[in-house]
Amino acid sequence: MSHPSMDDMNLNAPHSMGTTIIGVTYDGGVVLGADSRTSTGVYVANRCSDKITQLTDNVYVCRSGSAADSQVVSDYVRHFLHQHTIQLGQPATVKVAANLIRLLSYGNKNMLQTGLIVGGWDKYEGGKIYGVPLGGTVIEAPFAIGGSGSSYLYGFFDQAWREGMTKDEAEKLVVKAVSLAIARDGASGGVVRTVVINSEGVKRNFYAGDTLPLWHEELEPQNSLLDILAAGGDGPAPMNE
Amino acid sequence: MSSIGTGYDLSVTTFSPDGRVFQIEYATKAVDNSGTVIGIKCKDGVVMGVEKLIASKMMLPGSNRRIHSVHRHSGMAVAGLAADGRQIVARTKSEATNYENVYGDQIPIKELAERVASYVHLCTLYWWLRPFGCGIILGGYDRDGPQLYMVEPSGVSYRYFGAAIGKGRQAAKTEIEKLKLSELTCRQGVIEVAKIIYGIHDEAKDKDFELEMSWVCDESNRLHQKVPDELLEEAKAAARAALEEMDAD
Repeated sequence: MSHPSMDDMNLNAPHSMGTTIIGVTYDGGVVLGADSRTSTGVYVANRCSDKITQLTDNVYVCRSGSAADSQVVSDYVRHFLHQHTIQLGQPATVKVAANLIRLLSYGNKNMLQTGLIVGGWDKYEGGKIYGVPLGGTVIEAPFAIGGSGSSYLYGFFDQAWREGMTKDEAEKLVVKAVSLAIARDGASGGVVRTVVINSEGVKRNFYAGDTLPLWHEELEPQNSLLDILAAGGDGPAPMNE
Repeated sequence: MSSIGTGYDLSVTTFSPDGRVFQIEYATKAVDNSGTVIGIKCKDGVVMGVEKLIASKMMLPGSNRRIHSVHRHSGMAVAGLAADGRQIVARTKSEATNYENVYGDQIPIKELAERVASYVHLCTLYWWLRPFGCGIILGGYDRDGPQLYMVEPSGVSYRYFGAAIGKGRQAAKTEIEKLKLSELTCRQGVIEVAKIIYGIHDEAKDKDFELEMSWVCDESNRLHQKVPDELLEEAKAAARAALEEMDAD
């Protein structure tokens, strides 16, 4: 049995966000959620990254895939939205943000490795979520999930998502979903960050890794793995090369 | 041609000593001689009407249209040189579709009017261009409600409750001012506009005309459309009746 070792690591490989990102609408707004792991191969390059990026006062985006690509796309879109709000003299809508992302994602599909979820609130349409996956499709949806961790969440959302949730219900659902995905998906991890957007404004929340629920077969946080052995019994068997 | 003219009226890129650009004023003259064009903003939409003077009796009715659709939700009426107008319409259409491609949403009427005005204005800035010999009334309906703009050959544009350009504009404007536009529906507005156009047309002096009308309103599902035939006929009949009543007095 082989294990990842220093020799396997290519720290010059591009940073990629094997990720769990989520956007959920509720009565009056949206909740966006994301884990915080950025990896370079098997090396965790950043364990507390912020994958929920501001585009305008009232529109945010969850980024997944290549960290560089998603940053460039969201930087451009932020720039265009800024111009647009000045030109119209009023805040941009979520739809306009989604369409600008589509324009870049679709037009440069051969070069980009990024899937995004846009969410926000505007006075015309209220809270809206748009998923923009790899090829540049735009999907307006009551909720959207993305990143490698999302594969573990489809069934969960089919079961747990309801229409007309309250703000607290929606945020609880998002935090629970991200923590579930963190438990199963090796490429997701760290903390859970959320952004709640509604007519009143924007609220950012942070849920530290050791406050998240422990799911099936998950280990308690340990200071040293030796403690598990010392406790005896239930822990994993020692590794023999 | 004493103080004006004398060499300062041939170029759009030369100001006269008292700060005027005569070519633009001459372009405005071309508009002032045209058949009257009227637009009003009612409570539920915009109505536009044109007194289209018939150049020849052999021309088919409905040809040389002066009202054009720009987009699903907006249209424009042209006074002055019809061919110049088509150029502006073409540009306006492409501005509207381009905006929708980039932002995924209908262009706000305000933004559309600004872009058309910029285009018209551009033609007053270069010696190798001639200003447009037409005035434009732009009507549309977006999520901020129905709106009416007028763009002049100089490239200025203003938003109006009611606007009139062309030969009969002064008379038309006094008539529009008498209307209670905030209470008027577009269905009633169509009849009022028809009455005004028939009223200012001088049958003895002017050429024959065809009444061309369009609207963007709740009744047309916020789409820019030709006024339905049956309503147009009703409006024409009401206009003729009003004329006869005036003659009888």
